[in-house]
Amino acid sequence: MSAIAHHHAGDASRGSVAGRISDFLWRHPHVLLAILLGPPLLWLGIVYLGSLFALLLQSFFSIDDYSGLINYEFTLATYRQLLNDANFDIIVRTVVMAASVTLFSAVIAFPIAYYAARYARGKWKAIFYLGVMLPLWSSYLVKIYAWKLILAKEGILTWIVTKLNLLWLLDAWLSIPVIGGNSLSVSYTGTFIVFVYVWMPFMILPIQAALERVPTNLIEASSDLGGTPQQTFRHVLFPLALPGIVAGSIFTFSLTLGDYIIPQIIGSSRLFIGQAVYAQQGTAGNIPLAAAFTVVPIVIMGLYLWMARRMGAFDAL
Amino acid sequence: MRSDKTVSAPLGLKIAAAGGLLFLHLPLLLIFLYAFTTEEKSYQFPPPGLTLKWFAVTWERPDVWQALWLSVRVASISTIIALVLGTLCAAAVSQTRFFGRETISLLVILPIALPGIITGIALRSAFSLADIPFSFWTIVLGHATFCIVVVYNNAVARFRRVSGSLMEASMDLGANGFQTFRYIILPNIGTALLAGGMLAFALSFDEVIVTTFTGGQQSTLPIWMLQELIRPRQRPVTNVVAMVVVIVTFLPILGAYYLTRDGDQIAGSGK
Repeated sequence: MSAIAHHHAGDASRGSVAGRISDFLWRHPHVLLAILLGPPLLWLGIVYLGSLFALLLQSFFSIDDYSGLINYEFTLATYRQLLNDANFDIIVRTVVMAASVTLFSAVIAFPIAYYAARYARGKWKAIFYLGVMLPLWSSYLVKIYAWKLILAKEGILTWIVTKLNLLWLLDAWLSIPVIGGNSLSVSYTGTFIVFVYVWMPFMILPIQAALERVPTNLIEASSDLGGTPQQTFRHVLFPLALPGIVAGSIFTFSLTLGDYIIPQIIGSSRLFIGQAVYAQQGTAGNIPLAAAFTVVPIVIMGLYLWMARRMGAFDAL
Repeated sequence: MRSDKTVSAPLGLKIAAAGGLLFLHLPLLLIFLYAFTTEEKSYQFPPPGLTLKWFAVTWERPDVWQALWLSVRVASISTIIALVLGTLCAAAVSQTRFFGRETISLLVILPIALPGIITGIALRSAFSLADIPFSFWTIVLGHATFCIVVVYNNAVARFRRVSGSLMEASMDLGANGFQTFRYIILPNIGTALLAGGMLAFALSFDEVIVTTFTGGQQSTLPIWMLQELIRPRQRPVTNVVAMVVVIVTFLPILGAYYLTRDGDQIAGSGK
Protein backbone atom coordinates (compact mmCIF):
# COMPACT_ATOMS: atom_id res chain seq x y z
CA MET A 1 0.00 0.00 0.00
CA SER A 2 2.67 2.46 1.02
CA ALA A 3 4.68 1.48 -2.03
CA ILE A 4 1.76 2.45 -4.27
CA ALA A 5 1.28 5.70 -2.45
CA HIS A 6 4.92 6.49 -2.78
CA HIS A 7 4.94 5.68 -6.44
CA HIS A 8 1.91 7.85 -7.01
CA ALA A 9 3.42 10.73 -5.08
CA GLY A 10 6.60 10.36 -7.06
CA ASP A 11 4.71 11.07 -10.26
CA ALA A 12 3.10 14.16 -8.87
CA SER A 13 5.92 16.20 -7.47
CA ARG A 14 9.01 14.28 -6.49
CA GLY A 15 10.59 14.37 -9.90
CA SER A 16 11.54 18.02 -9.56
CA VAL A 17 14.76 19.27 -8.01
CA ALA A 18 12.89 20.48 -4.95
CA GLY A 19 11.28 17.07 -4.66
CA ARG A 20 14.60 15.29 -4.83
CA ILE A 21 16.13 17.59 -2.21
CA SER A 22 13.08 17.05 -0.07
CA ASP A 23 13.38 13.25 -0.41
CA PHE A 24 17.07 13.38 0.40
CA LEU A 25 16.40 15.38 3.58
CA TRP A 26 13.62 12.97 4.55
CA ARG A 27 16.00 10.04 4.27
CA HIS A 28 18.83 11.88 6.01
CA PRO A 29 17.25 13.67 8.98
CA HIS A 30 20.70 14.53 10.33
CA VAL A 31 21.41 16.68 7.30
CA LEU A 32 18.11 18.47 7.79
CA LEU A 33 18.96 19.01 11.44
CA ALA A 34 22.36 20.41 10.52
CA ILE A 35 20.78 22.84 8.05
CA LEU A 36 18.24 23.99 10.63
CA LEU A 37 20.62 24.27 13.54
CA GLY A 38 23.73 25.41 11.68
CA PRO A 39 23.02 29.14 11.26
CA PRO A 40 21.70 29.83 14.78
CA LEU A 41 24.47 27.75 16.34
CA LEU A 42 27.12 29.51 14.31
CA TRP A 43 25.74 32.87 15.39
CA LEU A 44 25.24 32.11 19.07
CA GLY A 45 28.13 29.69 19.40
CA ILE A 46 30.77 31.72 17.63
CA VAL A 47 29.70 35.34 17.85
CA TYR A 48 28.21 35.21 21.31
CA LEU A 49 29.96 32.43 23.22
CA GLY A 50 33.22 33.26 21.44
CA SER A 51 33.13 36.86 22.67
CA LEU A 52 32.13 35.69 26.12
CA PHE A 53 35.09 33.32 26.39
CA ALA A 54 37.48 35.91 24.98
CA LEU A 55 36.31 38.25 27.72
CA LEU A 56 36.61 35.69 30.49
CA LEU A 57 40.09 34.79 29.29
CA GLN A 58 41.18 38.38 29.79
CA SER A 59 40.34 38.19 33.49
CA PHE A 60 43.39 35.92 33.83
CA PHE A 61 45.66 38.66 32.49
CA SER A 62 46.72 41.64 34.53
CA ILE A 63 47.37 45.30 33.99
CA ASP A 64 50.87 46.68 34.36
CA ASP A 65 50.73 49.31 37.13
CA TYR A 66 53.35 51.56 35.53
CA SER A 67 52.64 51.46 31.82
CA GLY A 68 48.88 50.80 32.08
CA LEU A 69 49.21 48.16 29.36
CA ILE A 70 47.78 44.66 29.54
CA ASN A 71 50.33 42.03 30.51
CA TYR A 72 49.40 38.86 28.59
CA GLU A 73 50.61 36.33 31.10
CA PHE A 74 48.44 33.96 33.06
CA THR A 75 47.95 35.27 36.59
CA LEU A 76 45.40 35.29 39.38
CA ALA A 77 46.49 38.76 40.51
CA THR A 78 43.39 40.37 39.01
CA TYR A 79 41.15 38.08 41.04
CA ARG A 80 43.09 38.97 44.19
CA GLN A 81 42.44 42.60 43.33
CA LEU A 82 38.74 41.79 42.88
CA LEU A 83 38.56 40.57 46.46
CA ASN A 84 40.18 43.60 48.09
CA ASP A 85 37.96 45.50 50.51
CA ALA A 86 36.66 48.23 48.22
CA ASN A 87 35.78 45.84 45.40
CA PHE A 88 34.33 43.22 47.72
CA ASP A 89 32.05 45.91 49.17
CA ILE A 90 30.73 46.59 45.69
CA ILE A 91 29.92 42.90 45.20
CA VAL A 92 28.17 42.56 48.58
CA ARG A 93 26.22 45.79 48.04
CA THR A 94 24.99 44.59 44.63
CA VAL A 95 24.00 41.12 45.84
CA VAL A 96 22.12 42.54 48.86
CA MET A 97 20.30 44.97 46.56
CA ALA A 98 19.41 42.22 44.07
CA ALA A 99 18.12 39.98 46.85
CA SER A 100 15.97 42.73 48.43
CA VAL A 101 14.60 43.77 45.05
CA THR A 102 13.70 40.14 44.31
CA LEU A 103 12.01 39.63 47.67
CA PHE A 104 10.03 42.85 47.46
CA SER A 105 9.04 42.21 43.84
CA ALA A 106 7.66 38.79 44.82
CA VAL A 107 5.56 40.39 47.58
CA ILE A 108 4.04 42.97 45.20
CA ALA A 109 3.70 40.57 42.28
CA PHE A 110 1.98 37.73 44.14
CA PRO A 111 -1.43 39.38 44.73
CA ILE A 112 -1.58 40.57 41.11
CA ALA A 113 -0.67 37.10 39.82
CA TYR A 114 -3.06 35.39 42.24
CA TYR A 115 -5.98 37.61 41.34
CA ALA A 116 -5.29 37.20 37.62
CA ALA A 117 -4.97 33.42 37.92
CA ARG A 118 -7.88 32.66 40.23
CA TYR A 119 -10.51 35.40 39.94
CA ALA A 120 -10.06 37.31 36.69
CA ARG A 121 -12.23 35.93 33.89
CA GLY A 122 -12.90 36.93 30.31
CA LYS A 123 -12.43 40.64 29.78
CA TRP A 124 -10.69 41.14 33.12
CA LYS A 125 -8.18 38.42 32.32
CA ALA A 126 -7.16 40.33 29.18
CA ILE A 127 -7.01 43.61 31.10
CA PHE A 128 -4.72 42.07 33.71
CA TYR A 129 -2.51 40.51 31.04
CA LEU A 130 -2.11 43.77 29.13
CA GLY A 131 -1.87 45.67 32.41
CA VAL A 132 1.27 43.68 33.13
CA MET A 133 2.65 43.42 29.61
CA LEU A 134 2.48 47.12 28.73
CA PRO A 135 4.64 48.35 31.63
CA LEU A 136 6.92 45.33 31.23
CA TRP A 137 7.63 46.15 27.60
CA SER A 138 7.54 49.92 27.74
CA SER A 139 10.83 51.71 27.42
CA TYR A 140 13.36 51.06 30.15
CA LEU A 141 14.76 54.59 30.03
CA VAL A 142 11.34 56.20 30.01
CA LYS A 143 10.46 54.25 33.15
CA ILE A 144 13.62 55.52 34.85
CA TYR A 145 12.85 59.01 33.60
CA ALA A 146 9.35 58.82 35.09
CA TRP A 147 10.91 58.11 38.48
CA LYS A 148 13.33 60.96 38.10
CA LEU A 149 10.27 63.19 37.73
CA ILE A 150 8.58 61.58 40.72
CA LEU A 151 11.52 61.52 43.11
CA ALA A 152 12.93 64.96 42.30
CA LYS A 153 12.88 67.38 45.24
CA GLU A 154 10.36 69.63 43.48
CA GLY A 155 8.47 66.59 42.09
CA ILE A 156 5.13 64.93 42.74
CA LEU A 157 6.18 62.79 45.70
CA THR A 158 7.33 65.73 47.80
CA TRP A 159 4.14 67.56 46.77
CA ILE A 160 1.92 64.68 47.96
CA VAL A 161 3.89 64.24 51.17
CA THR A 162 3.62 67.97 51.91
CA LYS A 163 -0.14 67.96 51.27
CA LEU A 164 -0.46 65.06 53.71
CA ASN A 165 1.64 66.92 56.29
CA LEU A 166 4.08 64.01 56.36
CA LEU A 167 7.21 65.89 55.34
CA TRP A 168 8.77 65.13 58.75
CA LEU A 169 8.44 61.40 58.00
CA LEU A 170 10.24 61.72 54.66
CA ASP A 171 12.98 63.81 56.27
CA ALA A 172 13.34 61.27 59.08
CA TRP A 173 13.66 58.49 56.50
CA LEU A 174 16.26 60.42 54.50
CA SER A 175 18.32 61.07 57.63
CA ILE A 176 18.79 57.33 58.22
CA PRO A 177 22.39 56.52 57.31
CA VAL A 178 23.13 54.26 54.29
CA ILE A 179 19.57 54.11 52.89
CA GLY A 180 18.93 57.86 53.19
CA GLY A 181 20.55 60.83 51.47
CA ASN A 182 19.99 64.44 50.43
CA SER A 183 16.86 63.56 48.48
CA LEU A 184 15.21 60.34 47.38
CA SER A 185 16.69 60.61 43.90
CA VAL A 186 20.24 60.37 45.26
CA SER A 187 19.62 57.67 47.88
CA TYR A 188 19.66 53.87 47.97
CA THR A 189 15.96 54.02 48.75
CA GLY A 190 15.40 55.71 45.40
CA THR A 191 17.58 53.15 43.60
CA PHE A 192 15.66 50.35 45.30
CA ILE A 193 12.23 51.73 44.35
CA VAL A 194 13.22 52.13 40.71
CA PHE A 195 14.75 48.64 40.56
CA VAL A 196 11.54 47.15 41.96
CA TYR A 197 9.43 49.20 39.56
CA VAL A 198 11.43 48.26 36.47
CA TRP A 199 11.95 44.53 37.16
CA MET A 200 8.84 43.55 39.16
CA PRO A 201 6.62 42.89 36.08
CA PHE A 202 8.96 40.04 35.13
CA MET A 203 7.90 38.30 38.35
CA ILE A 204 4.15 38.37 37.72
CA LEU A 205 3.67 36.14 34.67
CA PRO A 206 5.72 33.14 35.93
CA ILE A 207 3.88 33.21 39.28
CA GLN A 208 0.58 33.47 37.45
CA ALA A 209 1.48 30.49 35.24
CA ALA A 210 2.37 28.41 38.31
CA LEU A 211 -0.82 29.39 40.16
CA GLU A 212 -2.99 28.58 37.16
CA ARG A 213 -1.83 25.00 37.38
CA VAL A 214 -3.10 24.69 40.97
CA PRO A 215 -6.51 22.97 40.80
CA THR A 216 -9.27 24.87 42.60
CA ASN A 217 -10.41 21.75 44.45
CA LEU A 218 -7.02 21.45 46.13
CA ILE A 219 -7.67 24.77 47.86
CA GLU A 220 -11.25 23.76 48.65
CA ALA A 221 -10.01 20.47 50.06
CA SER A 222 -7.65 22.33 52.34
CA SER A 223 -10.41 24.51 53.74
CA ASP A 224 -12.80 21.53 53.95
CA LEU A 225 -10.22 19.82 56.11
CA GLY A 226 -10.28 22.79 58.45
CA GLY A 227 -7.34 24.82 57.13
CA THR A 228 -7.58 28.55 57.73
CA PRO A 229 -6.79 30.80 54.75
CA GLN A 230 -3.35 31.41 56.27
CA GLN A 231 -2.69 27.70 56.62
CA THR A 232 -3.92 27.03 53.08
CA PHE A 233 -1.58 29.68 51.78
CA ARG A 234 1.34 28.44 53.85
CA HIS A 235 0.99 24.71 53.17
CA VAL A 236 -0.78 24.43 49.81
CA LEU A 237 -0.62 27.56 47.69
CA PHE A 238 2.86 28.84 48.47
CA PRO A 239 4.74 25.54 47.89
CA LEU A 240 2.96 25.10 44.56
CA ALA A 241 3.67 28.70 43.52
CA LEU A 242 7.31 28.49 44.54
CA PRO A 243 8.65 27.25 41.17
CA GLY A 244 6.95 30.28 39.57
CA ILE A 245 8.46 32.64 42.12
CA VAL A 246 11.89 31.14 41.55
CA ALA A 247 11.45 31.43 37.78
CA GLY A 248 10.50 35.09 38.13
CA SER A 249 13.35 35.72 40.54
CA ILE A 250 15.82 34.62 37.86
CA PHE A 251 14.86 37.77 35.95
CA THR A 252 14.63 40.20 38.86
CA PHE A 253 17.88 38.96 40.40
CA SER A 254 19.93 38.79 37.22
CA LEU A 255 18.65 42.07 35.84
CA THR A 256 19.42 43.92 39.08
CA LEU A 257 22.82 42.27 39.36
CA GLY A 258 24.10 43.66 36.07
CA ASP A 259 22.32 47.00 35.83
CA TYR A 260 24.51 50.08 35.77
CA ILE A 261 22.15 52.73 34.41
CA ILE A 262 19.56 52.89 37.20
CA PRO A 263 22.09 53.44 40.05
CA GLN A 264 23.92 55.93 37.85
CA ILE A 265 20.84 58.08 37.27
CA ILE A 266 18.99 57.54 40.55
CA GLY A 267 21.31 56.69 43.40
CA SER A 268 24.22 57.61 45.57
CA SER A 269 27.82 57.76 44.39
CA ARG A 270 28.61 54.29 45.77
CA LEU A 271 29.08 51.83 42.94
CA PHE A 272 27.30 48.63 41.93
CA ILE A 273 28.93 45.79 39.96
CA GLY A 274 27.65 47.06 36.64
CA GLN A 275 29.02 50.55 37.27
CA ALA A 276 32.35 49.07 38.36
CA VAL A 277 32.59 47.10 35.12
CA TYR A 278 31.71 50.18 33.12
CA ALA A 279 34.25 52.35 34.93
CA GLN A 280 37.03 49.74 34.72
CA GLN A 281 36.64 49.13 30.98
CA GLY A 282 36.07 52.79 30.18
CA THR A 283 37.85 55.53 32.08
CA ALA A 284 40.22 53.22 33.99
CA GLY A 285 41.05 51.15 30.93
CA ASN A 286 41.53 48.06 33.09
CA ILE A 287 39.92 45.38 30.91
CA PRO A 288 41.24 42.46 33.01
CA LEU A 289 39.59 43.78 36.19
CA ALA A 290 36.40 44.62 34.29
CA ALA A 291 36.39 41.04 32.97
CA ALA A 292 36.97 39.65 36.47
CA PHE A 293 34.03 41.73 37.71
CA THR A 294 31.75 40.25 35.04
CA VAL A 295 32.69 36.77 36.24
CA VAL A 296 30.92 37.52 39.56
CA PRO A 297 27.37 37.80 38.14
CA ILE A 298 28.06 34.89 35.77
CA VAL A 299 29.07 32.62 38.67
CA ILE A 300 26.19 33.80 40.86
CA MET A 301 23.66 33.35 38.04
CA GLY A 302 25.14 29.95 37.18
CA LEU A 303 24.58 28.75 40.75
CA TYR A 304 21.16 30.38 40.78
CA LEU A 305 20.06 28.73 37.51
CA TRP A 306 21.36 25.38 38.71
CA MET A 307 19.31 25.61 41.89
CA ALA A 308 16.28 26.92 40.00
CA ARG A 309 16.47 23.97 37.63
CA ARG A 310 16.51 21.55 40.58
CA MET A 311 13.40 23.23 41.96
CA GLY A 312 11.58 22.80 38.66
CA ALA A 313 11.45 26.50 37.90
CA PHE A 314 12.03 26.06 34.18
CA ASP A 315 8.67 24.34 33.74
CA ALA A 316 7.01 27.51 35.00
CA LEU A 317 8.65 29.83 32.49
CA MET B 1 -16.01 17.42 38.10
CA ARG B 2 -14.32 20.34 39.71
CA SER B 3 -16.47 22.94 41.31
CA ASP B 4 -16.01 26.07 39.26
CA LYS B 5 -18.48 28.26 41.06
CA THR B 6 -17.60 31.89 40.75
CA VAL B 7 -16.46 33.27 44.07
CA SER B 8 -15.56 36.84 44.71
CA ALA B 9 -12.03 37.68 45.77
CA PRO B 10 -11.31 38.76 49.35
CA LEU B 11 -11.19 42.54 49.72
CA GLY B 12 -7.55 42.55 50.84
CA LEU B 13 -6.50 40.69 47.69
CA LYS B 14 -8.48 43.09 45.48
CA ILE B 15 -6.79 46.09 47.08
CA ALA B 16 -3.32 44.56 46.85
CA ALA B 17 -3.77 43.59 43.18
CA ALA B 18 -5.24 46.97 42.23
CA GLY B 19 -2.52 48.76 44.18
CA GLY B 20 0.16 46.76 42.38
CA LEU B 21 -1.28 47.60 38.97
CA LEU B 22 -1.56 51.29 39.88
CA PHE B 23 2.08 51.25 40.99
CA LEU B 24 2.95 49.98 37.51
CA HIS B 25 0.86 52.49 35.57
CA LEU B 26 0.79 55.82 37.40
CA PRO B 27 4.46 56.68 36.67
CA LEU B 28 3.83 56.14 32.95
CA LEU B 29 0.78 58.40 33.05
CA LEU B 30 2.91 61.10 34.62
CA ILE B 31 5.08 61.06 31.48
CA PHE B 32 2.03 62.14 29.48
CA LEU B 33 1.37 65.07 31.81
CA TYR B 34 4.95 66.33 31.73
CA ALA B 35 5.03 66.41 27.92
CA PHE B 36 2.70 69.43 28.14
CA THR B 37 4.34 71.32 30.99
CA THR B 38 5.55 74.91 30.52
CA GLU B 39 8.31 74.47 33.12
CA GLU B 40 11.76 74.32 31.51
CA LYS B 41 14.30 74.21 34.30
CA SER B 42 12.97 71.71 36.83
CA TYR B 43 10.56 68.81 37.32
CA GLN B 44 8.10 70.94 39.25
CA PHE B 45 4.76 69.42 40.23
CA PRO B 46 2.05 70.46 39.67
CA PRO B 47 3.12 71.98 36.31
CA PRO B 48 2.76 75.78 36.35
CA GLY B 49 0.99 75.67 32.99
CA LEU B 50 0.25 73.50 29.98
CA THR B 51 1.42 74.09 26.41
CA LEU B 52 1.77 72.35 23.04
CA LYS B 53 4.85 74.40 22.16
CA TRP B 54 7.38 71.62 22.90
CA PHE B 55 5.87 69.28 20.33
CA ALA B 56 6.75 71.79 17.63
CA VAL B 57 10.23 72.35 19.07
CA THR B 58 10.88 68.60 19.16
CA TRP B 59 9.61 68.21 15.59
CA GLU B 60 12.28 70.67 14.41
CA ARG B 61 15.17 68.90 16.15
CA PRO B 62 17.38 67.04 13.62
CA ASP B 63 19.26 65.06 16.32
CA VAL B 64 15.99 63.48 17.48
CA TRP B 65 15.07 62.49 13.92
CA GLN B 66 18.53 61.02 13.24
CA ALA B 67 18.43 58.97 16.43
CA LEU B 68 14.90 57.76 15.66
CA TRP B 69 15.83 56.77 12.11
CA LEU B 70 18.92 54.85 13.27
CA SER B 71 16.83 53.01 15.89
CA VAL B 72 14.22 52.04 13.31
CA ARG B 73 16.85 50.72 10.89
CA VAL B 74 18.73 48.77 13.57
CA ALA B 75 15.51 47.28 14.96
CA SER B 76 14.27 46.25 11.49
CA ILE B 77 17.47 44.48 10.42
CA SER B 78 17.94 42.84 13.84
CA THR B 79 14.34 41.61 13.76
CA ILE B 80 14.82 40.03 10.33
CA ILE B 81 17.99 38.22 11.44
CA ALA B 82 16.34 37.12 14.69
CA LEU B 83 13.29 35.85 12.78
CA VAL B 84 15.40 33.62 10.54
CA LEU B 85 17.69 32.28 13.24
CA GLY B 86 14.97 31.95 15.91
CA THR B 87 12.61 30.07 13.60
CA LEU B 88 15.33 27.68 12.41
CA CYS B 89 16.28 26.96 15.99
CA ALA B 90 12.67 26.48 17.08
CA ALA B 91 12.00 24.13 14.15
CA ALA B 92 15.06 22.03 14.99
CA VAL B 93 14.21 21.81 18.68
CA SER B 94 10.53 21.03 18.30
CA GLN B 95 10.49 18.89 15.14
CA THR B 96 13.44 16.60 15.76
CA ARG B 97 14.92 14.69 18.63
CA PHE B 98 18.64 15.00 19.19
CA PHE B 99 21.21 14.96 21.89
CA GLY B 100 21.67 18.34 23.58
CA ARG B 101 18.25 19.87 22.87
CA GLU B 102 18.13 21.28 26.39
CA THR B 103 21.49 22.94 25.87
CA ILE B 104 20.20 24.71 22.77
CA SER B 105 17.34 26.29 24.73
CA LEU B 106 19.82 27.42 27.35
CA LEU B 107 22.15 28.87 24.72
CA VAL B 108 19.30 30.87 23.16
CA ILE B 109 18.16 32.24 26.54
CA LEU B 110 21.68 33.05 27.75
CA PRO B 111 22.03 36.47 26.01
CA ILE B 112 19.08 37.86 27.97
CA ALA B 113 19.55 35.73 31.10
CA LEU B 114 23.02 37.17 31.63
CA PRO B 115 23.11 40.87 32.49
CA GLY B 116 23.25 43.08 29.40
CA ILE B 117 26.50 44.64 30.46
CA ILE B 118 28.25 41.26 30.08
CA THR B 119 26.96 40.77 26.55
CA GLY B 120 27.94 44.35 25.77
CA ILE B 121 31.46 44.30 27.12
CA ALA B 122 32.11 40.80 25.69
CA LEU B 123 31.14 41.98 22.20
CA ARG B 124 33.10 45.20 22.62
CA SER B 125 36.30 43.46 23.60
CA ALA B 126 35.79 40.92 20.79
CA PHE B 127 35.45 43.78 18.28
CA SER B 128 38.63 45.37 19.57
CA LEU B 129 40.50 42.04 19.48
CA ALA B 130 39.38 41.48 15.89
CA ASP B 131 39.99 45.12 14.89
CA ILE B 132 36.38 45.64 13.82
CA PRO B 133 35.49 49.36 13.90
CA PHE B 134 32.15 50.35 15.42
CA SER B 135 29.42 50.80 12.86
CA PHE B 136 25.75 50.28 12.16
CA TRP B 137 26.47 46.57 11.82
CA THR B 138 28.16 46.17 15.19
CA ILE B 139 24.97 47.50 16.81
CA VAL B 140 22.86 45.09 14.73
CA LEU B 141 25.10 42.17 15.68
CA GLY B 142 24.50 42.77 19.38
CA HIS B 143 20.76 43.37 19.01
CA ALA B 144 20.09 40.32 16.85
CA THR B 145 21.84 38.13 19.43
CA PHE B 146 19.42 38.91 22.22
CA CYS B 147 16.37 39.21 19.96
CA ILE B 148 16.60 35.57 18.84
CA VAL B 149 15.11 34.38 22.12
CA VAL B 150 11.73 36.16 21.77
CA VAL B 151 11.17 34.81 18.26
CA TYR B 152 12.33 31.38 19.43
CA ASN B 153 9.96 31.34 22.42
CA ASN B 154 6.95 32.33 20.33
CA ALA B 155 7.79 29.87 17.55
CA VAL B 156 8.46 26.93 19.90
CA ALA B 157 5.14 27.50 21.68
CA ARG B 158 3.30 27.46 18.35
CA PHE B 159 5.20 24.49 16.88
CA ARG B 160 4.02 22.47 19.89
CA ARG B 161 0.42 23.14 18.90
CA VAL B 162 0.82 22.27 15.22
CA SER B 163 -0.04 18.59 15.20
CA GLY B 164 2.48 16.26 13.58
CA SER B 165 -0.27 14.35 11.82
CA LEU B 166 -1.05 17.43 9.72
CA MET B 167 2.43 17.30 8.27
CA GLU B 168 2.25 13.56 7.76
CA ALA B 169 -1.08 13.98 5.97
CA SER B 170 0.49 16.58 3.71
CA MET B 171 3.35 14.24 2.88
CA ASP B 172 0.96 11.32 2.31
CA LEU B 173 -0.98 13.43 -0.14
CA GLY B 174 2.16 13.89 -2.16
CA ALA B 175 3.55 17.23 -1.08
CA ASN B 176 7.29 17.46 -0.73
CA GLY B 177 8.99 19.03 2.28
CA PHE B 178 9.04 22.51 0.76
CA GLN B 179 5.38 22.40 -0.18
CA THR B 180 4.50 21.16 3.30
CA PHE B 181 6.43 24.08 4.73
CA ARG B 182 4.77 26.57 2.40
CA TYR B 183 1.18 25.38 2.71
CA ILE B 184 0.97 23.71 6.12
CA ILE B 185 3.67 24.91 8.49
CA LEU B 186 3.92 28.57 7.51
CA PRO B 187 0.19 29.39 7.73
CA ASN B 188 0.12 27.71 11.13
CA ILE B 189 3.10 29.46 12.65
CA GLY B 190 2.74 32.75 10.74
CA THR B 191 1.00 34.79 13.42
CA ALA B 192 3.39 33.48 16.10
CA LEU B 193 6.32 34.64 13.96
CA LEU B 194 4.71 38.03 13.40
CA ALA B 195 4.15 38.39 17.13
CA GLY B 196 7.71 37.30 17.89
CA GLY B 197 8.99 39.75 15.30
CA MET B 198 7.03 42.61 16.83
CA LEU B 199 8.39 41.84 20.28
CA ALA B 200 11.92 41.56 18.88
CA PHE B 201 11.44 44.96 17.24
CA ALA B 202 10.25 46.48 20.52
CA LEU B 203 13.16 44.88 22.39
CA SER B 204 15.73 46.20 19.96
CA PHE B 205 14.11 49.62 19.64
CA ASP B 206 14.39 50.10 23.39
CA GLU B 207 17.80 48.53 24.08
CA VAL B 208 20.40 50.77 25.64
CA ILE B 209 22.92 48.74 27.69
CA VAL B 210 24.43 46.60 24.94
CA THR B 211 24.25 49.53 22.53
CA THR B 212 26.43 51.76 24.72
CA PHE B 213 29.21 49.20 24.19
CA THR B 214 28.71 48.40 20.51
CA GLY B 215 27.56 51.76 19.12
CA GLY B 216 30.66 53.93 19.04
CA GLN B 217 29.75 57.54 18.31
CA GLN B 218 26.29 56.93 16.86
CA SER B 219 23.13 57.59 18.83
CA THR B 220 20.10 55.38 18.73
CA LEU B 221 17.02 56.90 20.33
CA PRO B 222 17.65 55.23 23.74
CA ILE B 223 21.27 56.42 23.68
CA TRP B 224 20.05 59.96 22.92
CA MET B 225 17.63 59.65 25.82
CA LEU B 226 20.38 58.37 28.15
CA GLN B 227 22.58 61.34 27.32
CA GLU B 228 19.68 63.67 28.13
CA LEU B 229 19.14 61.87 31.43
CA ILE B 230 22.77 62.26 32.47
CA ARG B 231 23.28 65.79 31.15
CA PRO B 232 19.89 67.44 30.51
CA ARG B 233 20.05 70.03 27.72
CA GLN B 234 16.42 70.82 27.04
CA ARG B 235 14.15 68.98 29.48
CA PRO B 236 10.83 69.68 27.72
CA VAL B 237 12.11 68.04 24.51
CA THR B 238 13.05 64.94 26.52
CA ASN B 239 9.55 64.94 28.01
CA VAL B 240 7.97 64.92 24.55
CA VAL B 241 10.31 62.22 23.23
CA ALA B 242 9.57 60.07 26.30
CA MET B 243 5.85 60.30 25.65
CA VAL B 244 6.25 59.41 21.98
CA VAL B 245 8.43 56.41 22.89
CA VAL B 246 5.75 55.12 25.30
CA ILE B 247 3.11 55.32 22.57
CA VAL B 248 5.36 53.77 19.90
CA THR B 249 6.32 50.79 22.08
CA PHE B 250 2.69 50.12 23.08
CA LEU B 251 1.67 49.46 19.48
CA PRO B 252 3.77 46.32 18.80
CA ILE B 253 2.86 44.92 22.23
CA LEU B 254 -0.85 45.31 21.54
CA GLY B 255 -0.32 43.85 18.05
CA ALA B 256 1.56 40.83 19.39
CA TYR B 257 -1.17 40.30 21.98
CA TYR B 258 -3.97 40.23 19.42
CA LEU B 259 -2.01 37.84 17.21
CA THR B 260 -1.33 35.25 19.90
CA ARG B 261 -4.26 35.61 22.27
CA ASP B 262 -6.01 32.41 21.09
CA GLY B 263 -3.93 30.16 23.23
CA ASP B 264 -0.27 30.06 23.79
CA GLN B 265 0.27 33.38 25.50
CA ILE B 266 -2.42 33.47 28.16
CA ALA B 267 -1.12 30.35 29.81
CA GLY B 268 -3.76 28.08 31.23
CA SER B 269 -6.80 30.17 30.36
CA GLY B 270 -8.18 27.42 28.18
CA LYS B 271 -7.34 24.58 30.52
